[in-house]
Amino acid sequence: MSDAARKDASLAVETGRTSIPRVSLTGGRSVGNMVFAGLVGVAAVVVILLIIGLFWELGDRSLPAIRANGWGFLWNTTWDPPKRIFGAGTFIVGTLITSVVALVAASAVGVLVALFLVEIAPAWVARPLSVIVELLAAIPSVVYGLWGVYVLGGFIRDFLGPWIAQTLGFIPIFNGDPRITGIFSACIVLSIMILPTIMAVSRDVIAAVPGSQREGVLALGATRWEMITMSVLPYARSGVLGAAILGLARAVGETLAITLVIGNRVGIPHTIFDPAYTMASVIANQFTEVENEAHRAALVEVALLLLVITFVINVIARLLVWRVTNGQNVTVQE
Amino acid sequence: MNRDAFVATQPRYARRKFFDRVMTGVMGAAALVTVVPLLLILFYLVRNGVGAINLDLFLLDPSAPGRGGGGARSALVGSLIMVGTATVIGTPIAIGCGIFLAEFGRNRAGTVLRFLVDVLAGIPSITVGLFIYGLMVLPVRKFTALAGAAALAIILIPILARITEEMLLLVPRSLREAAYALGAPRWMTVLRIVLPTALPGIMTGLMLALSRIAGEAAPLMFTALGNQFLNTDLLHAMDALPLRIFYFATGPYESWHQQAWAMSLVLVAFILFLSLGVRALVGSKVTIRQ
Amino acid sequence: MTSQQAPVETQTQDDRMTAPRREMFQVGESTDGASRDERRVSVAIDHVSAWYGAKRAVTDVSLEAYANSVTALIGPSGCGKSTLLRCINRMHEINVGARAEGSIRLEGADVYGADVDATRVRQRIGMVFQKPNPFPTMSIAENVAAGLRFMNIGSKSETQDRVEYALKASALWDEVKNDLNKPGMALSGGQQQRLCIARTIAVEPEVVLMDEPCSALDPVATLKIEDLMSELAKRYTIIIVTHNLQQAARVADYTGFMLMEESDGAGHLIEYSPTSDLFTQPKDKRTEDFITGRFG
Repeated sequence: MSDAARKDASLAVETGRTSIPRVSLTGGRSVGNMVFAGLVGVAAVVVILLIIGLFWELGDRSLPAIRANGWGFLWNTTWDPPKRIFGAGTFIVGTLITSVVALVAASAVGVLVALFLVEIAPAWVARPLSVIVELLAAIPSVVYGLWGVYVLGGFIRDFLGPWIAQTLGFIPIFNGDPRITGIFSACIVLSIMILPTIMAVSRDVIAAVPGSQREGVLALGATRWEMITMSVLPYARSGVLGAAILGLARAVGETLAITLVIGNRVGIPHTIFDPAYTMASVIANQFTEVENEAHRAALVEVALLLLVITFVINVIARLLVWRVTNGQNVTVQE
Repeated sequence: MNRDAFVATQPRYARRKFFDRVMTGVMGAAALVTVVPLLLILFYLVRNGVGAINLDLFLLDPSAPGRGGGGARSALVGSLIMVGTATVIGTPIAIGCGIFLAEFGRNRAGTVLRFLVDVLAGIPSITVGLFIYGLMVLPVRKFTALAGAAALAIILIPILARITEEMLLLVPRSLREAAYALGAPRWMTVLRIVLPTALPGIMTGLMLALSRIAGEAAPLMFTALGNQFLNTDLLHAMDALPLRIFYFATGPYESWHQQAWAMSLVLVAFILFLSLGVRALVGSKVTIRQ
Repeated sequence: MTSQQAPVETQTQDDRMTAPRREMFQVGESTDGASRDERRVSVAIDHVSAWYGAKRAVTDVSLEAYANSVTALIGPSGCGKSTLLRCINRMHEINVGARAEGSIRLEGADVYGADVDATRVRQRIGMVFQKPNPFPTMSIAENVAAGLRFMNIGSKSETQDRVEYALKASALWDEVKNDLNKPGMALSGGQQQRLCIARTIAVEPEVVLMDEPCSALDPVATLKIEDLMSELAKRYTIIIVTHNLQQAARVADYTGFMLMEESDGAGHLIEYSPTSDLFTQPKDKRTEDFITGRFG
């Protein structure tokens, strides 16, 4: 074999005016492949290290606070930096209220719009509508905040708020004093902000429902809406749920817009017009002006809590979305 | 339900048809509701922003509190520098990771990595800011533009990595085979054939990622901090457009608010320009699929 | 997988080897000027079987393709002829889970030998695919020079020479000589396929494999490629897979007929003969059925 290879290598074919040495079949394998695999592997490892680093860094920096505050951190509602008493209860409540309200509002609209795009709208409507929703997603958080304070806030204080307080005032939570910033503003801004996420993912999930599912029901004489409720939504159910949960993750982590519009006050809100804090907004608002090291550590602990919550929410959402769109995402070629 | 649908009688059919129309209307209405906020935001951006757009905005640094006048030069320059630096830091990692997923990711390890990249994309940007604060600011006891760029890079990486993977997988297998049949090793096939063919799509992804990080302020608050003076040194605190908008919006002065609107208009115009540029490029993605 | 110096003796008992064989094995002789009477084995396929995962696609095929001749593989679709072709330059193995057994020797050297690098095999055994696949990001000239760039051969002027030679040899030069910097995708389908042939022969392989190269082309373009094949056979060993019997009859010196057998669901070589023999006096009933159009 090696003998033949050597003879082989000495061969050269004359062609035209130049010649190409005939390569031997055997011999040094190119190291290029190994270098290449190594380099892209390093990039992949960097990404994994980033995620581990995130948890490790925040966990490490908040360790003093975790020790000092104990489990009570999760439900205590007193946040008094000078006295070094730290309970994140109010922030958790603020995050919970704003996220859940935004989630419900945005999911209802988002899924309807997604159905409209996939099942009903002709291409000349669907395409520009998709673009508009994507542009909605492209607007920076801080611009939403600016708009929320100086446009939406005034509208709520002067018109919408008083009207709601008057009409629904018999229910305690609506019987408040409308102002520019507060939970209500935050919920509206958040709903608009997470709508594109929910809409886009639902659209992809609904589009992934096989046509045969629709035809089966249509062939039974169902109307289009019956087709949607009988075959499309049941089939896409877990994916649409995943889309909503992805929106929830975005709502929980949303920072600047909320910091601008929620009013930033420690305390459990009693009406929808009260100012409050979310986990993200208290970090943004206080971290650069901490009173002492314990305050800083407590804020990092809030961040760690936020990270863990969004991580868990994301994991659940991705698993749900993957279950529906799996075929498309994973098996492409090779 | 199935059976009902099958043996429907005339009057019930009319009712069903009516309900179908109503729900179609509701879906259409939801679509309209979605359009309204965008139009409102754009309208107020232009109405409140245009008045304060002048040469000073681009040529002067922010004035001292309450003095009036001034501009956003430091923020504009800072944003460009930090977004540019984040691109330089993040793009190689993101594209490398995307190549890894596309080339070596058809297995369990690849699935896990793909999952982690998706999860990283969903992590709140403010926690990324705190992570870099602990990693790069505390050790040197100094806010730096480099730290800000690193935080932005972490946000860019997962977005670009996944788009890179998807674009690489769109490249027809026949091109890869053609390269193999010419005796090209795998690395050369990827770098000289697959990657260049997918490049328009990857550029699209890069623009999307850029438009995202150009508007981020949360990761910069504890890293680059902001700086009312012009700074081009990566090792000092640096201003950024979204940061300056936030500071001005929370400030008490009317002139600041006006400038915040003007800066927002500039920022959104830049981002929409990128997004629409993407659309122009996406048109050329068709050539990838042939 | 064994690599033997003298494969001929081991195969003389194989009754499937119906092709006449004379003096075969002359390492070191130039490919130019070898007359058709002195057939030299260029590619020796020896008891090759191939799988996709657990599914067997080709079973125990042995045949020899001669230098400076056109060898055609025919058979109904799914008979494993393309898989066999892809085994020759080790393209088969790029599919996940695909593998091959047996030995294939190029000028006596086993392409499946232990130290053999598949990319080096492909530098010496070129391939033209079913659908024209020029690189979309490259110009006509860059497409032709792509293989040279992969192998890192040649100065700029040398590369230009070679591009011109390859385009002339693939009968494309006159049509594109003024448009060398235009994208390869701008050409017509037939021109694109000739561009792919030019790209393949620019690196001066010994063997050119063609996998149904005309199936995506119109009759005029097909005719041009067929003419080209006879020209190319003066320099190279051509092995072509085709579903078109007339094409095999027109261009090939030798033809092998493959068929999927029910026993293992994989392709077997039924008969391998000089083309005129196979079409006029097939030895096997199944070959006769196929060429007279009774199935397939």
